Amino acid sequence: MRPLADIESAIEAAGANPDPQAGAAELLALSEEVLEHWVTAKGDVPTNDEREGFRLLALHRQGAKGDPSFNACRETCREVAYHFNLIKLEPDATEITDRLQMMMMVSSHLYLFISGKMQVAQLGDFCCSSRPIRTGSEAETVKIKEA
Amino acid sequence: MTTKEKYKKVAYYPGCALEGSGHSYNRSTKAVGKALGLDLVEVKNWNCCGAMEVKNVDPKLQTYLSSRVMSVAANEMDMDVVMAPCNGCYHNLKKAEYDLANDAESVEVVGKLSKKAGHKTYESGQVETIHALDWIKEAIGEDGLRERVKNSLSGIKIANYYGCMYTRPRHIFPEKDQGPGSESTSKPHFMDDLLAAAGAENVDFPLKTACCGGAHTLSDSDTSTKLVLNILKTAKMAGADVIATECPTCHSGLEMHQIRAEKTLGEKVDIKILYFTQLLGMALGLKPRKVGVHENISDSMRFLKEKGLA
Repeated sequence: MRPLADIESAIEAAGANPDPQAGAAELLALSEEVLEHWVTAKGDVPTNDEREGFRLLALHRQGAKGDPSFNACRETCREVAYHFNLIKLEPDATEITDRLQMMMMVSSHLYLFISGKMQVAQLGDFCCSSRPIRTGSEAETVKIKEA
Repeated sequence: MTTKEKYKKVAYYPGCALEGSGHSYNRSTKAVGKALGLDLVEVKNWNCCGAMEVKNVDPKLQTYLSSRVMSVAANEMDMDVVMAPCNGCYHNLKKAEYDLANDAESVEVVGKLSKKAGHKTYESGQVETIHALDWIKEAIGEDGLRERVKNSLSGIKIANYYGCMYTRPRHIFPEKDQGPGSESTSKPHFMDDLLAAAGAENVDFPLKTACCGGAHTLSDSDTSTKLVLNILKTAKMAGADVIATECPTCHSGLEMHQIRAEKTLGEKVDIKILYFTQLLGMALGLKPRKVGVHENISDSMRFLKEKGLA
């Protein structure tokens, strides 16, 4: 695993790959690597399992265990997989370069979200994924006085 | 009574953001309601929904605060639908509804606090909480909207940005993901549907529900700026002229960090940011001022003039 900071420029380079199929495979691998950082930082060993044919989705599920705020990047991971499929299944599409660029932007978002969470673990905690909703009973609560 | 009829008159819960940074959303929601002949009755003496701050400290207290809003609507105003345009309020009311239907401890805490506060305790199921998107989609529908359009949004390419709280977590939105006609939590489309009915061309935007760093916009501005910048650039790359929003937190975040990205990162993305209600209002023939375009941080007037909306 290369340092997280190095992945940003690698994502940009993959998006400019003149071979869109190769670029898409690189972006998928880089997105997995981003999630590996998160899983490793949590003290787990990144899984090699797949979900729906993608290791990326299995890694996302692993990363979200016990940390619902991680679900804030669930759709982003799914969009990476979707764009990978688009490029792989329609290699002759005229807009294939645009699709690779779009996949790069989605992978970048995943990178930005994870790198943000590595610095501020609470990113996403109290808005979209709402830790208190899922771990309400464990959350600290203010003592309610009898009426 | 059909859903269409039921939504013609709803209890309106603007929440605090719509009285402050999201005032143009408040203004445009009311203006669109009036133009469409829909009746909004503001919840009497409403309070904070608990937002992110209270939920952070005590989730049960947040459940109570949201339940009080629903209690006032149901027990003091005899309303059965509460419409909340703010994603945060909408999310929190839905969360409270879920808690009160599934968690005995929440029911107990809400009962005690309601008694202490001197109002009737809200009971799960007394009201239905909906978003402004549900409201227009159900009460008017795409066909109804199409018939009422005076200034088509034709020629405007839109990236619809729903943000996170409108769809997450899935379990508090049981009405979503119910097949054709219902909203999707993974690829929401109600805003797309309404703006398309008003003539706009929606672009394929892969970051519809991606994180904008909203909750950390002040505490960790750099992360938020980078996330927002990526959203703006992606929308631009998708071919959009405008990002349509439906959440005051997202909207302010996009506008503020669009400026901050230019100042701190030297990256300017020329894309307009407008509430979907502002776009719909103008499509219905309302002037930009009537829908609060002048209250937005970013200036869209030149663009709107070019498109024949101002």
